[in-house]
Amino acid sequence: MPVVALENVTKSFGALTVLDGVSLAVEPGQVVAVIGRSGSGKSTMLRCINGLEQIQSGRIEVAGHVLENNKTALRELRQDVGMVFQSYNLFPHLTVEENITLAPRVVKKEPLAEAKATARNVLEQVGLSEKIDAYPEQLSGGQQQRVAIARSLAMHPKVMLFDEVTSALDPELTEEVLRVMEGLAKAGMTMMLVTHEMGFARRVAHVTVFMHKGKVWESGPSERIFSDPQTPELRQFLASGLK
Amino acid sequence: MIRSFGWNEFLILLRATEWTILLSLISFAGGGALGFVVALARTAQHKTLRWIAVAYIELMQATPVLMVLFLVFYGLGLFGFDIPPLIAASIALIVYCAAFLGDIWRGCIEAIPKQQWEASEALAFSRWQQLRYVVLPQAAKISLPPTVGFLVQVVKTTSIASIIGMVELTQAGRFVNNATFQPIKVFSAVALIYFVLCYPLSLWAQALERKMNAGRRA
Amino acid sequence: MTHEFDFDAVLASFDRLLQGALLTVELSAAAIVLGLAVGVLGAFAKTSGGVTVRALVSAYVEIIRNTPFLVQLYLIFFGLPALGVKLGANEAALLAMTVNLGAYATEILRAGVEAIPKTQIEAGTALGLSPLQIFRYVILVPALETVYPALTSQFTLIMLASSVVGTISANELSSMASLIDSETFRSFETYLVVTPIYIALAFMFRGVFLLVSRAIFRRRRRLQGVFGFGGAR
Repeated sequence: MPVVALENVTKSFGALTVLDGVSLAVEPGQVVAVIGRSGSGKSTMLRCINGLEQIQSGRIEVAGHVLENNKTALRELRQDVGMVFQSYNLFPHLTVEENITLAPRVVKKEPLAEAKATARNVLEQVGLSEKIDAYPEQLSGGQQQRVAIARSLAMHPKVMLFDEVTSALDPELTEEVLRVMEGLAKAGMTMMLVTHEMGFARRVAHVTVFMHKGKVWESGPSERIFSDPQTPELRQFLASGLK
Repeated sequence: MIRSFGWNEFLILLRATEWTILLSLISFAGGGALGFVVALARTAQHKTLRWIAVAYIELMQATPVLMVLFLVFYGLGLFGFDIPPLIAASIALIVYCAAFLGDIWRGCIEAIPKQQWEASEALAFSRWQQLRYVVLPQAAKISLPPTVGFLVQVVKTTSIASIIGMVELTQAGRFVNNATFQPIKVFSAVALIYFVLCYPLSLWAQALERKMNAGRRA
Repeated sequence: MTHEFDFDAVLASFDRLLQGALLTVELSAAAIVLGLAVGVLGAFAKTSGGVTVRALVSAYVEIIRNTPFLVQLYLIFFGLPALGVKLGANEAALLAMTVNLGAYATEILRAGVEAIPKTQIEAGTALGLSPLQIFRYVILVPALETVYPALTSQFTLIMLASSVVGTISANELSSMASLIDSETFRSFETYLVVTPIYIALAFMFRGVFLLVSRAIFRRRRRLQGVFGFGGAR
């Protein structure tokens, strides 16, 4: 059974159709890269999966929860879905440890000791154990993004969504974040990532989805998508993107 | 017999200042509590709630505080409550200050980037949890300079309680003036006492503001 | 105990209230013109004057901003006659409003002047303009535009603050209200009628300031239109 399943999802902002009948399935342990031009609907799709955007029609099921417009149900679903943003969005008034323990304590009502133990674990996973007492402003962009990943991991999500998480970073900082994500993939985490890092998508993602004009234009095993694109749109996109 | 303005008269003013301070504290505390509710309503998702808050803020900011005071004072009088001026003034100033503090704090809440709401939403926070743990702590920090600045307004505004007969600093000034006929000395002394109360608060607000701007640039 | 509302006595004097409202508008308009003049002078002195002048302006601004308007009014109304200056209640009200508004306008305009980029002043100096000419031709109008919202809300505030003038029995709205109150013994009804008049005046002031800004800052709006960031926002 897939962890994430989209069936014929449509979404529009006013007259503008952003998602036009998108269907997609992500199996447990699978890493799915979503590529496409800006405005192709890839980020919106990701944001629909945990209900940050509402869909107009279709069906989304995530980790056994059917997405519906009901606050309580939505919160249940979000506990199983981690999300990492382009702009990190750490809470500036909290230390790294507090950033990580806040949701487990407040949302899941975990005891402090347990939440702190989890925090130490996930920080080690992203290689930032020594920054546990730092404030976000004291960290580099790459470090902040790794803390944001750790913050999501602390909720023990069944799937992680990455929304262009390296777009705001310099190349060397991008590298350290990608390394953390590759580690997660190897450890068996189910992941969906909207990305411009074609090399990373090709190497790490099992499946790559090319979105165009709000549709899944082409998808398949990453190796095939990159070495043997079928549609002219994807060929053109890859030619322009790979420099 | 006409007295002249001396140390004893100054002491009368100082003693009345206690009432000015008391009324200021009541107005600020009560206005703060109600203003917090107004700010939450003003930024709520519920449309009706938001509109009520908008109407309240807009009307209060277009009404002279003295009219609010008269309506409370004479209005409660109609129902047979013979209320002391301190109570009437407290109620009026609480209602008045709440609108201004509510508006100041609305601005602070709205100044928190929407990504902070989204990040916490994605972490499965409820709306109240988002406010309580993510938005309000950050908003509180930036609200400090304008809130301290407003405290100066509160202290000054309490002077209108003299008009319904509360013997706070300004009214004590009128009494002492009636007894001494030395208006310049008397009201300069009154002004000086207000200044001593307000100026440190103004300086504090400015210092907080500078500190915040410096922090933002770093 | 129930109260029989009786607005008849108050409404019978409605024309006097309107006369009062008119005088409130006139007093406020005069105070705005004079206060703005004080503010412009004050801001120039504060940003271009010598040490002593700057200190004097600062003292004026801080003293006014940290004491109640009512006390300033009493100091003028009761104090000046003691110095041998004869003045009526209306004159005292206007003077107090001007002195009060002048201090706030000085502070607001000073902030506006300081927000003007230094390069503008350097350009003016390079063109051989005197400090006064630079202030007049280079700084003043952009500074006014920058602080226009803060300045005009201060204008509305001084109109609302003038409602305490009733305590010295002038002829403006609050004084008329106080008079009618004492004639009819219908205090609550009186202020229930007067309050909406003040609210209407406040909204009227805001509307006028909006129209004025549209008229005098048209050039800037056109420029914004050209560069595409004016518009509905």
